Parts: sequence; C-alpha cells; structure tokens
Amino acid sequence: MAGTGDRENLAPLAYKLRRGTIETLCRAQAGHPGGCLSIAEILTALYFKVMRLDPANPDWQDRDRFILSKGHAAVIYYVALMERGYFSADTLATFDEIDSILQGHPDIRTPGVDMASGSLGQGLSAGVGMALGARLDKRDEVRVYVLLGDGELEEGQVWEAALTGAKFGLDSLVAIVDDNHVQLMGDTAAIMPVEPIPDKWRAFGWNVIECDGHDIAAIVAACEAAKAVKGRPSVIVAQTIKGKGVSFMENTHLWHAALVSDEQEGQALAELCALEAVFDA
Amino acid sequence: MPELVAQRDAFGEALVDLGARNERVVVLDADLASSTKVSLFAAAYPDRFFQMGVTEQNMMGVAAGLATMGFVPFTSTFACFAAKRALDQIRISIAQPRLPVVVVGAYGSLLVGKNGKSHQAVQDAAIMRAMPNMTVVAPGDGVEAAKAVFAVAEYGGPVYLRLTRDPCPVVFDDSYEFKIGPAVVVREGSDVTVMTTGIMLGRAVEAAEALQAEGISVHILHVPTLKPLDVESIVAAAEKTGRVVTAEEHTIIGGLGGAVAETLGEHRPTPMKRVGIADVYSESASNDALLEKYGLTSGHIAAAATALVSGATAATKVKR
Repeated sequence: MAGTGDRENLAPLAYKLRRGTIETLCRAQAGHPGGCLSIAEILTALYFKVMRLDPANPDWQDRDRFILSKGHAAVIYYVALMERGYFSADTLATFDEIDSILQGHPDIRTPGVDMASGSLGQGLSAGVGMALGARLDKRDEVRVYVLLGDGELEEGQVWEAALTGAKFGLDSLVAIVDDNHVQLMGDTAAIMPVEPIPDKWRAFGWNVIECDGHDIAAIVAACEAAKAVKGRPSVIVAQTIKGKGVSFMENTHLWHAALVSDEQEGQALAELCALEAVFDA
Repeated sequence: MPELVAQRDAFGEALVDLGARNERVVVLDADLASSTKVSLFAAAYPDRFFQMGVTEQNMMGVAAGLATMGFVPFTSTFACFAAKRALDQIRISIAQPRLPVVVVGAYGSLLVGKNGKSHQAVQDAAIMRAMPNMTVVAPGDGVEAAKAVFAVAEYGGPVYLRLTRDPCPVVFDDSYEFKIGPAVVVREGSDVTVMTTGIMLGRAVEAAEALQAEGISVHILHVPTLKPLDVESIVAAAEKTGRVVTAEEHTIIGGLGGAVAETLGEHRPTPMKRVGIADVYSESASNDALLEKYGLTSGHIAAAATALVSGATAATKVKR
C-alpha cells in the first residue's frame, strides 16, 4: 500500500505536530525543543505526502525508509508517527517512562522507526546500506530518506557516507539537511563552521537541491526532483529556523535542550494554535 | 609437529563456501581484503562484496543498513580498528538495535606482522564483551575458525569474530562440531585446568604434553565463545581440578582471565593464574620474540600450571 494520508492542506498539520511536541516535552520534562520545531514541515511532507508507507504493516518490505540521524529530535518524530497511525496517543503519553517503547532517542523496536540513532553522524551510513540492499533485491521503488542536522555535518562519518553514496551511485538515497544554523552551544558558524553546505555536497558528487524547509510544497517538490535524478544520490538542503513557531524559542541555541515549564507551554501552545488557525483558513 | 594453518586462510575459504550456500551473505571491506582474505569472497561474488575504502565507522553503519534489509553482512577490517575506531558505530548502529552483523576482527592479538602496537589488538575481546547484545567468538585454530563462519552467519544477532593472521597448530579435526556458547573439553586431566581462548589453545596443548612428561595431568577447557560465557563448564572444570590457569593472547584485564575470575569468584573460588598480556602496549618484533617477552609461550602456560600445582604463590615473572 502506497498510502500518503488523506489530508489536503498539510500546513496546519505541521503546527499540530509542533503542539504535540511541546505538550510531550513539557509533560516529560525532557527532550530537545529547538531541533524538533525546525523539522515539522519536513516530517509532515515525508510522512503525509512523499513516502510510501503502510502504518498497519510497519515491516512492509517495499516501504520507503526514513532515518532520523539527528536522533535528539525524537519527540516530534514520535508525534508524526502517532498522527500517521503507527501507535496511539496513549502510547505517545508514555514517552520517557520506564518500559516505554518510545526512548529518548530513536529505538528500532518502535513501530515505524527504521533505524536507531542517538550518536550523531551515523544515520547516513545506514541509509547507504538500505539503498544498497534495496538495489541488491531489485526493490526499485524503495527510497531512503535520511534527516541530518547542520551541526551534525561536523561529524566525519557523514562525509565517509557521502563518499560511499556517490561511489555506488545510489539515486534512491536522499539526505535532507535541517539547516537551522544553530547547535547546542551557539550558532553553527561560531561553534564549527559547516557552510557552504551545498558546495560541500556538490564536491562530494551529490545532486544538490535547496529549498525552504518550512514550505511543505517546496519540500515535496524537492523530493520529486530528487526522484528524477539518476546515477547519484541527492541532498536537500532545507533552510529552517530553529524553534520555528514559538517566538521565544526561535533562532536561539538556548532552546536546543531546555526544559519547557507549564507557563512556557501555555504561551507556546497559544502561539502555535494561532499559527495553525492562520494556515487552516 | 602438528599441521599449521592460518585462521585468515581458513576463514577466507569458509566465507566463499558460505557465500555459495547463503545468498543473503554480503561482505564489506575497509581496504584490507588481501590481508584478511575476504579477497577470496570478492573474487567469487563481486556483486555481494562492497569495498568501503578506509571508512571503518561508515562501514559498520552501511552493514547495519544492509542488515535491516534482510542481509547477513560480514564487515572485515583489522581487530584494532573494528573494536576501537568504529566502536561507537558498533554500539549505536549494530548492538543496540541487535542487528545480525558479523564484525570480523582480523589480526586480533599480538601477532600482526611486525606492524607493532598501533595494529595489535589485545583489548578487543574485553571491549566487545562489555557490550550488551554482543556475542564474542575467538576460535582456537583454522578448523574452528572455518566452522565458526557458518555458525555466526546463522546466529541472527551481532557477533564479534576474533581471528588471527599467522599459521597456528591445528587442534581439531574435520568432524569437530562448533556451536556458539559451549566450552569444549579438549583434553582430560586431573591436576590443573588450563582454560584457553583463541590461538592459545595450540600452545596449551603443547604445554600439557610437556607437563605430562613431568607427571602433571592437565585438563584443557577451550572457551571459543567469550560471551555468552559457558559458566557451567567453567565451574565444573574448576571443581574437577581445583586449580585454573587461563591463557589468552589478549590483556589479562577483561578477557578470558577476567571472565573466568569473575565467574569463579562468584560460583566457586579457585586458585588461578592468568597467562596473557599485562597492562602494556607491546612493540614490533618477530612473533617468537613477542611471545617470549610478553609471556605467551607454551612455556609460560606450563610455568603457571606448575606453580599452581606446586602451591607456589609468586606470580610468574615476565621479562621486561
């Protein structure tokens, strides 16, 4: 089944994911708000438009694969999987409790999670392996999406994997860079400059697509454009805003891994509801 | 003199045999295939061989991805690089998700062709043993290495397969059946048990024969699976002889010696000595010189056994 969900206007859904994220983070008193909020549209586009999935059959062999290489954004990933039907809201509510299937960083036993992560820089290699495996089995429909943070690009293994993806000409492999320009201790430009990101991937032999990471139609179009490229992998460098949608969390490293108080939750949810209503109009 | 076979040769040939029988087996190499002998698999099955270049960390992740797609990947590089350089990748991408990747640590031990301490792997088993979900196998000769190739491929979970480079004595015959888990009684004896892992087995057999002439009866329990450990057999052998020597081409910290000491300390305190490498980095030299200086010859095993039997308490002196 190549279901893509039934929703037409996906923009409000991205804000719904953000609300679920803030609620979960506040309840658990854990997690990483900023890097969750920056990828809401990317996850919405992938899980509700782009990827071939069957939530009723998470192990369907011909499904597309997704790896959240920046595993610290696990909470919004879980909210997206819940909204897509992989598990219930009651399960989401167990996040960070003992015996929960929802771990602080993605665990492969969670329905819908294709690969574990939590130590930065490792997801793209696994994506290379998945794309190689699909090719060996002639599962030509299978596409593999790996979401990385821009700070994560400081890990050397990312570039080992980039070399490998290009070497094997893995055109079913798509890396998406959540280019929010901020990491835990500050601006990426100050901590360890990684720009110009598109030039680096081009030099490594990848097809580079740049887009607005908060424009769902642009992300979907980028994924479609990647599908049309043969003989080499693609990277979508998505310009995003860390903490997007919550005024006091935007563009600051202070909300990379801060705890959300009840008062802050109230303000954040009010802002997100207002934005959701705007897009729902 | 027993026949000598290099584990790497036996492994390389067995891998080709395995490839013929199991089409899901794939091999990844970090630019060492001619040394590790996965070059034989590469020649036989070029479509199932992936040259990763010098990207050990990446190689572990690619293998993990292939495992999620239903393949049985063998990653091949030197043990020093597998167990240390790519350790976090093994932890996060292979062990935690419990994926059926066989991490082959070629050139495990001290004897790595005069390459010296950067290439010697004498902490790898301890490191892998400490990792949940990881099974650790260190065959004792070429026969066991070849049999282990088939067992680890069918195992269905992460395995670290520790192999060695140079020819070593053949102890087992072709009728030997290797299973992951059980320790193997190689020789019955009554005065002292020598427990071995990896290629110390051949040296233990040599020591036992020498001690036989001196009237000391040596029981040999070979422990090819360091994890999960065969606690029952280890305790039973300790009870039988009341004295235990462990022998491994590995640091005495955390490997077989550590594992047996932990086990006996809890279940049956027994006088024991650990033959292995002290807490040092070694150097580049000939095999014989290294084994002599770092205390790994059959003579060192025999001396430890004799000391236990005679009740001596002083540690075996190793020349520095």
